[in-house]
Amino acid sequence: MKVLVPVKRVVDFNVKVRVKSDGSGVDIANVKMSMNPFDEIAVEEAMRLKEAGKVTEVIAVSCGVTQCQETLRTAMAIGADRAILVETTEELQPLAVAKLLKALADKEQPQLIILGKQAIDDDCNQTGQMLAALLGWPQATFASKVVLDDGKATVTREVDGGLETVALTLPAIVTTDLRLNEPRYVTLPNIMKAKKKPLEIVKPADLNVDVTPRLKTLKVVEPAKRSAGIIVKDIATLVSKLKNEAKVI
Amino acid sequence: MAALVIAEHDNASLKGSTLNTVTAAIQCGGDVHILIAGHNCGGAAEAAAKIAGVAKVLVADAAQFADGLAENVAAQVVALASNYSHILAPATAYGKNIAPRVAAQLDVGQVSEITKVDSPDTFERPIYAGNAIATVQSTDATKVITVRTTGFDAAATGGSAAVENVTAVADSGKSSFVGRELAKSDRPELTAAKVIVSGGRGMGSGDAFKILEPLADKLGAAMGASRAAVDAGYVPNDWQVGQTGKIVAPQLYIAVGISGAIQHLAGMKDSKTIVAINKDPEAPIFSVADYGIVGDLFELVPQLVKELG
Repeated sequence: MKVLVPVKRVVDFNVKVRVKSDGSGVDIANVKMSMNPFDEIAVEEAMRLKEAGKVTEVIAVSCGVTQCQETLRTAMAIGADRAILVETTEELQPLAVAKLLKALADKEQPQLIILGKQAIDDDCNQTGQMLAALLGWPQATFASKVVLDDGKATVTREVDGGLETVALTLPAIVTTDLRLNEPRYVTLPNIMKAKKKPLEIVKPADLNVDVTPRLKTLKVVEPAKRSAGIIVKDIATLVSKLKNEAKVI
Repeated sequence: MAALVIAEHDNASLKGSTLNTVTAAIQCGGDVHILIAGHNCGGAAEAAAKIAGVAKVLVADAAQFADGLAENVAAQVVALASNYSHILAPATAYGKNIAPRVAAQLDVGQVSEITKVDSPDTFERPIYAGNAIATVQSTDATKVITVRTTGFDAAATGGSAAVENVTAVADSGKSSFVGRELAKSDRPELTAAKVIVSGGRGMGSGDAFKILEPLADKLGAAMGASRAAVDAGYVPNDWQVGQTGKIVAPQLYIAVGISGAIQHLAGMKDSKTIVAINKDPEAPIFSVADYGIVGDLFELVPQLVKELG
């Protein structure tokens, strides 16, 4: 059985993004880009299912600019067998990405698609659920455990206040949460191997998908700044400030 | 123009997140209706009818809604969607699971985690874990929205809305509920806590986190950690506060032995009051802390517990 793993190229989680002075967006020129951390967990989970003999092929997919090839090479260095890039310079919103992924799923016929629960740039948390709706598949979001057996996936989900378990008939969608696994470090030999793995490039038009954005970003601003605090000399002063000034205890 | 709020509930009662979502719905300008999709959910429906500003409560009561499966609840919302200009859900695990499914079935985009309604089609939402605030305008006929609950006050009670039963859609048959295991901890959840005590790499070991427990007990606080502490194996991953962990905004956040890496600050800088305890006076955490204290956490934390009485 095949697994599809969509991965997104985002600003590295250690980078402090800067809002452009004209308010048009965030400056991402010359900043370090990496695979979205939740997507790395998705690739790792697909690999573990393959290593456990539940899955035969892992296909990484990305949508976006030419440089997304680097993200796909990383996915293949973790272990994905091959990759597909839907290449475009257009701004892609989650609904458009879900439509592109649906077109690829129709073609590749995976039994499982594992996605990160959200990207750390736009923080939308939409694509997996949208893709499930477009395909008419069941979904388990925010997964912390995935078990495949007898044509079904039993998934433990992180919900507010604890865990919930659902059973899905395959094909199905799973989105990853932090606790699902800890992604392995990619090794140099695997990076070298990944360079030789197949990477196919298609365009949105090849898939007959209209990617026109549905949301217009009118402006992007810095959040309100915190006013500078003070250093207190001892615990007694701290407690008194918390009680009388901040009134939080 | 009317707005439909997808209520989060446990059949017997409404979750607080529904009240914040109603406030956002009222600000969108039209009548506000609430959908209770559940089973034996009379208690939740009754509570919804009492929310001030709600014109009508729609109840879809059927076994397939008992546990809030996204496939079934989303299908129910889609069946009602043509009557509404806005469909809103709380940006909680419950709402985030359902709303994008609704949006895609309606072929519209979704506006996630709004913190402000500027006009019926324009909203503010944090991006990059709150490091930037985007103002976005939806060009779709139906606005599907999730609402960050900390951005809106809870709606008041005192209303008396009409309650109407609607025809339940059929079970999708593709997913089933197996079980639920709610955390048994006496501490509040990280994302709902009013006070959070977090430790960082400065704790030095997993055992050292024990000294934070009396402090958390005293304040009724949830316990969190920085990614550095999680990566070092001191505490489990679900304690992680930060861009790759939980985004929190409590009334009081106490950062102990946390240097303040960008990715951690992104997850907690919207807290009302921040206290930092660190031995390094140059630690970046002091630049966001309202009150900082420089010194050895192993001396200061027990002192703090004692001082709180």
